[in-house]
Amino acid sequence: MTHTIRLPTILRVHAGGEATVSARGGTVGEAFADLGKRYPGLVRQLLDPDGSVPVFVNVFLNDEDIRYLQGLNTPISAPSEIILLPSVAGG
Amino acid sequence: MVDLLAPVSMGLSRTPLVRLEALSPPGVDIFAKLEWVLPTGSIKDRIAVAMLEKARLEGLLSPETRLLEPSSGNTGIALARLAMMWNIPFTVVMAEGASQERVEILKTFGTEIVYSPGDEGSNGAVRVAGEMAASGDYLMLNQYENLANVEAHYRGTGREIVEDLDHVDAFVAGLGTGGTLMGAGTAIRESFPQAQVVAAEPPMGELITGLRSIDAGYIPPIFDPDRIDRRILVRLAPTIEHTRTLLSVEGLFAGPSCGAALAVALRIAREMRSGTIVTIFPDAGWKYLSTGIYTGSIQEAVKGATNQILW
Repeated sequence: MTHTIRLPTILRVHAGGEATVSARGGTVGEAFADLGKRYPGLVRQLLDPDGSVPVFVNVFLNDEDIRYLQGLNTPISAPSEIILLPSVAGG
Repeated sequence: MVDLLAPVSMGLSRTPLVRLEALSPPGVDIFAKLEWVLPTGSIKDRIAVAMLEKARLEGLLSPETRLLEPSSGNTGIALARLAMMWNIPFTVVMAEGASQERVEILKTFGTEIVYSPGDEGSNGAVRVAGEMAASGDYLMLNQYENLANVEAHYRGTGREIVEDLDHVDAFVAGLGTGGTLMGAGTAIRESFPQAQVVAAEPPMGELITGLRSIDAGYIPPIFDPDRIDRRILVRLAPTIEHTRTLLSVEGLFAGPSCGAALAVALRIAREMRSGTIVTIFPDAGWKYLSTGIYTGSIQEAVKGATNQILW
């Protein structure tokens, strides 16, 4: 099962300049692990040394923030879109 | 400076809560709180009054005070009105790329504008304002850190909703400073403990290029992610589509953050058989006419608005 991962501009440098990359996996964490095989620098930005998602990174699976699902263990049951965004203020 | 003991709630009034008659699906009631009836046309009048009143009570205002605030527009405009009334010099730090209307309104209200790099978005405005405030020459109320922001929504926005409705299953609000979600969300949960608090998030971070790394992201100190239940991303195309739907179907000329909130409210409505959803419409469309989001094809509108700060 292949998923599309959209990268914000500031992360594209770690993925050869690509705006979207593909990854396989049955959970968000598995998709990140698959991504890490090809783009280790990218995954170092997405995961803290303890393996959790840093607070400044927001990971949206089909537009839902995974923090409010099951985090990196969130299952993905169909080919999906994962969007990564830095935290940005408004107001 | 005029008498600072004059009623600082001047111009604030209860805002209308309306049922979206045509857009509420069968069995579900979607209510929207129309914040654009406030004096400068946005929800930010609430927090501007609350933050200045808090500063006054803390003795922070003097004839020498110079105010400073980072803002993408509405907070700056709301503070500008009060600063003008009270003869307080006011400087707003705004990212390049704000709509021309916002710039003109701020100038009309006598405000000095300092631009921060557009490629850093609102995060850059926070950074530059922080550097300026470090000089000690300014009083920065700082909507991102000021608990009066949350209080204004707890005592005002949230309490009004609780008084107007017998039941709430979900509360949807846009995420900017987090003030509305924290304040009104808490008030609503106190009365309706089962209510879900849901953030509608614009995809602003996608095109920001000026951050040194992803660690340079910014989480407003007043926003506690653990106090919401869901956070849903709304992209530019559905934001614009739903903003237009509000006008064509409900006759509400709303700003883009209303379209994003509606998109999330409808998503939640589709997940329930029956229930009550309440959402916040922060401002009207007037300030966004120059962004091109209301006319032409959605594709063109998205292209035109992509590098603009709408939130």
